[in-house]
Amino acid sequence: MIALKMDLCDFCGSCVSVCLEDAIELFEARLEIDHDKCTECLRCIKVCPFRALEVKQ
Amino acid sequence: MKQFYDVIVVGAGPAGSTAARVAAENGATVLMLEKDREVGIPVRCAEAVGERGILKVVKIKPEWISTKIKAVRLFAPNGAMISVQHDDIGYVLDRKRFDYDLAMMAAKQGVDVMTRAYAYGLLEKDGFVAGVKFRHLNYDYQIGAKLVVGADGLESRVGRWAGLKTHLKLQDIETCAQMTLTNLDLSSSHCDFYFSKQWAPGGYVWVFPKNKNSANVGLGISGEHAAYKAPIEYLREFIETHFSGASALTTVAGGVPCAPLMEKIVANGLMLVGDAAHQANPISGGGIVTGMIAAKIAGEVAARAVNENNVTEKRLTEYSKLWEKNGGNVHRRAYRLKEAVYKLSDHDLNRTAASLLKKTPEKHTIVNIFKTALMQHPKLIPDVLKVFLG
Repeated sequence: MIALKMDLCDFCGSCVSVCLEDAIELFEARLEIDHDKCTECLRCIKVCPFRALEVKQ
Repeated sequence: MKQFYDVIVVGAGPAGSTAARVAAENGATVLMLEKDREVGIPVRCAEAVGERGILKVVKIKPEWISTKIKAVRLFAPNGAMISVQHDDIGYVLDRKRFDYDLAMMAAKQGVDVMTRAYAYGLLEKDGFVAGVKFRHLNYDYQIGAKLVVGADGLESRVGRWAGLKTHLKLQDIETCAQMTLTNLDLSSSHCDFYFSKQWAPGGYVWVFPKNKNSANVGLGISGEHAAYKAPIEYLREFIETHFSGASALTTVAGGVPCAPLMEKIVANGLMLVGDAAHQANPISGGGIVTGMIAAKIAGEVAARAVNENNVTEKRLTEYSKLWEKNGGNVHRRAYRLKEAVYKLSDHDLNRTAASLLKKTPEKHTIVNIFKTALMQHPKLIPDVLKVFLG
């Protein structure tokens, strides 16, 4: 499961721009991942400038 | 707020505000929605622009300018420095003021502006986009419109809702980190660029002065490289080496589409502008001017189309075609150059700098710099000329 480290996220939208499943919802200071849509392709983790996303078991 | 508008613009950055203002100036009723609490912040931008480009869209106000740029300097991996000969005047903007004023100018033309208005879907009718679903504070709204303009930046979700492919490939996003540093000793106002796999693989580092002792120091790297090491780590190392002891007034992340020309930026009842339409220059990553030029065209076409009650995709391609002539054609060539330039090794870059330094300083034009760097790619020279000389 992809998890967000809330204290690291800057809400820049880089992850949203590469998400092929449209599984990320970005608000001004909140980010939500739809785990039903997410295929764990890891593209969002790769582009995050602050490494705010991680795989969590 | 009305129950129905001619045009709803999603996103109040420079492209959104320009499209909204121009559409209103040409007679359309317009609503502009911004998800954040305030237009203009946070500033996820290095803030540099060329005067010639901005003047195509708007008269520059002195309060928008932080610094007038005196020189542009490029640093090769080995530290060799080339001072670029150029005739355009450059500015480092105060994006907070700039974005705020552009939205204010739109409001002055009658555009209804709402902040903290979070768009989460589109209304559709008979195969046409017909409005926007959004949440504002505690209430949900479904407001109808003849035409929706997606100016929602990098995320570009409005386009996806209408079926356009706006997702970026990893090699087509520059993922960025920036700090505005202070307590620097900047003797003169020049914009510096550092190229090296060590500091920014598949991208570059920028140091753009905000005043005599502060600068935007940031970098962008290709999304492919970011998988191995995050931009913020590269930035930490660069600052430790070059500006050790400086204080950081802001720290931001960001992403820039440095992508191929998007062939389809309109659909029935929908247009995309700015970063949402991947209109940032794929070599420089600069997206303010290109986005605003496209948005001005989009605003004009939008007003005409809603006035004619014809917002079919076919009708709206007037916008795509005019953008092709006023930026799209250059974009296509710039992307080819980007692909070649980012394949150059540090050794190639050092050799380029050495070769340029043998020539007199007045030969260090941007065209000559690219010609020298791309010596092994003679087929790209027409692209160099077209991109930098127009």
